[in-house]
Amino acid sequence: MTRLLDQPDILAPLPRVDHGLIDAIERARLVGRGGASFPVATKWRAVEHRSHGRAVVVVNGAEGEPQSKKDRLLMTTRPHLVLDGAFIAARVLRARRVILYIGERHSAARDSMLRALAQRSELERNIVTYAAAPARYVAGAEAAVIHFLNDGVATPVNIPPYPFERGVEGAPTLVQNVETLAHVAILARTGEAPNRVLITLVGGVTRPGVFEVDSRTTITQAINQSGGLTEPARAVLVGGYFGSWMDPHEAWGMRLDPSASRLGCGVIGVLPSSRCAVCEVAAIMRYLAAESSAQCGPCFFGLRALGDACTRIAGQGSNPEVLKRMQRWSAEVRARGACKHPDGAVMFLSSALQVFGDEFASHRPHAKSEQVRLSA
Amino acid sequence: MIDRIKCDGRGLCAELLPELIRLDDWGYPILTSGPVPDHLLPLAQRAVDDCPVLAIALRRSVPEK
Repeated sequence: MTRLLDQPDILAPLPRVDHGLIDAIERARLVGRGGASFPVATKWRAVEHRSHGRAVVVVNGAEGEPQSKKDRLLMTTRPHLVLDGAFIAARVLRARRVILYIGERHSAARDSMLRALAQRSELERNIVTYAAAPARYVAGAEAAVIHFLNDGVATPVNIPPYPFERGVEGAPTLVQNVETLAHVAILARTGEAPNRVLITLVGGVTRPGVFEVDSRTTITQAINQSGGLTEPARAVLVGGYFGSWMDPHEAWGMRLDPSASRLGCGVIGVLPSSRCAVCEVAAIMRYLAAESSAQCGPCFFGLRALGDACTRIAGQGSNPEVLKRMQRWSAEVRARGACKHPDGAVMFLSSALQVFGDEFASHRPHAKSEQVRLSA
Repeated sequence: MIDRIKCDGRGLCAELLPELIRLDDWGYPILTSGPVPDHLLPLAQRAVDDCPVLAIALRRSVPEK
């Protein structure tokens, strides 16, 4: 089994690749690992059809999800593997440019990628440029990536046009997460279906951090492999801030299979039972509201109102009127932004209201002394 | 359909076409889903034409396969 992490990062000639790789990607049912889990083969075909030798490949290492660390670890430790994936994509899609789009705060990842790039052939180096991704939550979303590379503004735009139709400088563009590209590189080299996945464990686990697991692994097994829980869990957040809360007994048996589950970007957050769920949810909702790019009214005002409402319950205790408003706003905000930011935020909140229904209905303000910062 | 980035929440559309458009708590339009009934088409066209920021458009619905 070929692993992503804990392997020497060797620079070796690329395997011969052609159109057939897209079929292999499809057979392997590879999906994007940036969070949206979109089928990779579909995206590649859309770019390939339109390319005519002018396509652009964007290596997406923005990793704006605050709890996720796997992309920067991969770029730091396996830069050649990621670059292999990018150049393989460029060959198959007949692209003329590759752009490394790396989170501006991920300096170790950037340095490692640029160092590795300097070791590549001149032919490869000549088609690559680098761009620093702003440290904002939405900066890694495809449409925002294209907007930033074209106009210097990392806010989402209306779609269509999709990046595969009109992307960087109007050319058909593939925006692909770095882990996804690494999987492609392994598939192209070995012919093996990449049935491994990178996850980031956070919260009430003994050893938080990035782990590489077989995609048949369950969440329990992954947590046990990393030293187990620090105390009984109250809930599990699967997929990071764009994901959903689950009851532990439902989450434990879930397999870490990106093509079958709501794994998102692979963040698994464990909320220990001693922590206050309402305060945790309120903090994350405030964050998501602040990360609205403030372009669409329903997202900008709606998420702020929802964050304020959570905060009010957290600070002043439960309030059925406020809760009712939150339910209504959550339903109204959905699907009313140019991008999926509001949808993700209200899905996160809806799952919280479901799993933590009792807590939201009976929450009492904490005494000053027991107030705690909750994020892991 | 509404261009959510252009829309400024002026609210004119909801006044011109209350049958299909209501405003949320911040003054931004919420559309009733589904096609516009024929008898409302002239009013819908007026809501489109009169939007001060040109954020609404009528879209021909794609027949289902």
